[in-house]
Amino acid sequence: MNQSLTDVDSHGEHHADHSHDSRLQHHFATFEQQFDAAKLGMWLFLGTEILMFGGLFVGFALQQAAHPEAFVAAHHHLDKKMGALNTVVLLLSSFTMVMAVHKAKQAKRAAMTAYLLVTLACAGTFMVVKFFEYQHKFHEGLLPGAFYKVQHIGEVPNQFIFFSFYFMMTGLHGIHVLIGMILITWLVIKGRTGAFDGKWYTPVDLVGLYWHLVDLIWIYLFPLLYLIT
Amino acid sequence: MATHTAHSEHLDTSHAHTHAANDDGHEHGGPKVYAAVLAALLLLTVITVGASYIDFGGGMTNVVIAMFIASIKGSLVALFFMHLRWDKPMSAIVFCVSLFFLALFLIGCYTDLATREPAEPLNIKTKHAPGGQFGPPAPGAAGAPAGQPAPGAAAPAGTPQAAPAKH
Repeated sequence: MNQSLTDVDSHGEHHADHSHDSRLQHHFATFEQQFDAAKLGMWLFLGTEILMFGGLFVGFALQQAAHPEAFVAAHHHLDKKMGALNTVVLLLSSFTMVMAVHKAKQAKRAAMTAYLLVTLACAGTFMVVKFFEYQHKFHEGLLPGAFYKVQHIGEVPNQFIFFSFYFMMTGLHGIHVLIGMILITWLVIKGRTGAFDGKWYTPVDLVGLYWHLVDLIWIYLFPLLYLIT
Repeated sequence: MATHTAHSEHLDTSHAHTHAANDDGHEHGGPKVYAAVLAALLLLTVITVGASYIDFGGGMTNVVIAMFIASIKGSLVALFFMHLRWDKPMSAIVFCVSLFFLALFLIGCYTDLATREPAEPLNIKTKHAPGGQFGPPAPGAAGAPAGQPAPGAAAPAGTPQAAPAKH
């Protein structure tokens, strides 16, 4: 009797005949409203991400315009095949991520977990390929700024500028991939207990948006860094 | 689009929800659409790699083509994978506003670069000016090294002379 009275007090009498879902925070009227609010916040965050990477893209564009011959010479040190492989891997992971969101909505726990794990595997593959690329550049002394080792006498000067941008942009992108891997792992763990269904799958959807943005940034990074001739 | 409408109507009757409440709870797109988008993205990746082996003449043409293809790919990801095609307009507004300000940033910087001498980072030793001259071309600078036997010795001597001439 006491229990039911306090329940009515804290949630209002309209909730007395519903079983209250604790995933709906009390300051939102509906799940839909809660989801829209969370999604708006996520998009605002993605806006700041676009502008953060945007600064690097603009810097890259300006320095490339100022030193076109240095950028062309430097980009030949990059392996197009490795870059293309990573592009395919990341596009594939974006597909599996959107499928995971799709399955989370349908409360298909096993399928969602499977798609999330494939996404995680793709992200891991991306980082491994990136590791070998970095290792090769460290070995050759193709490093940013003052750490750049001149490859041979009479080479096109100022190639270190390209590698400053290369490491800053792919490094920041790589950090985003690592954060994405942590978030996806968290989703897998949370999803195992059946936390997500059609009513509430906000974390899956928002991590999905984040992951697609990481993919989106790579879509521009790949041709800029690897394919410019 | 037709299948999407039919699908959503079917769900409307079976769940007896209002349309507004139904919008976010149920799936748009679906595996077939996502797979088609993935196929398009992979195809465009092949095209952009292929295009990079062809010289379209003029340094910027290849860049413009690569960026154009990247923008198609980016739009596909944003519209379908990020659900902007089916979302309420607020997400797309936030996305487009951030792109708009990025465009302003880029256009402003490019205009600046195109209309005056580039500012070089201080750690650049070799200027990229034609003829290997140090500093901006000054009227007296071209004549000074001509009388000197070694070009290396002429450069430090020519620079202090050229610098006051600018002011």
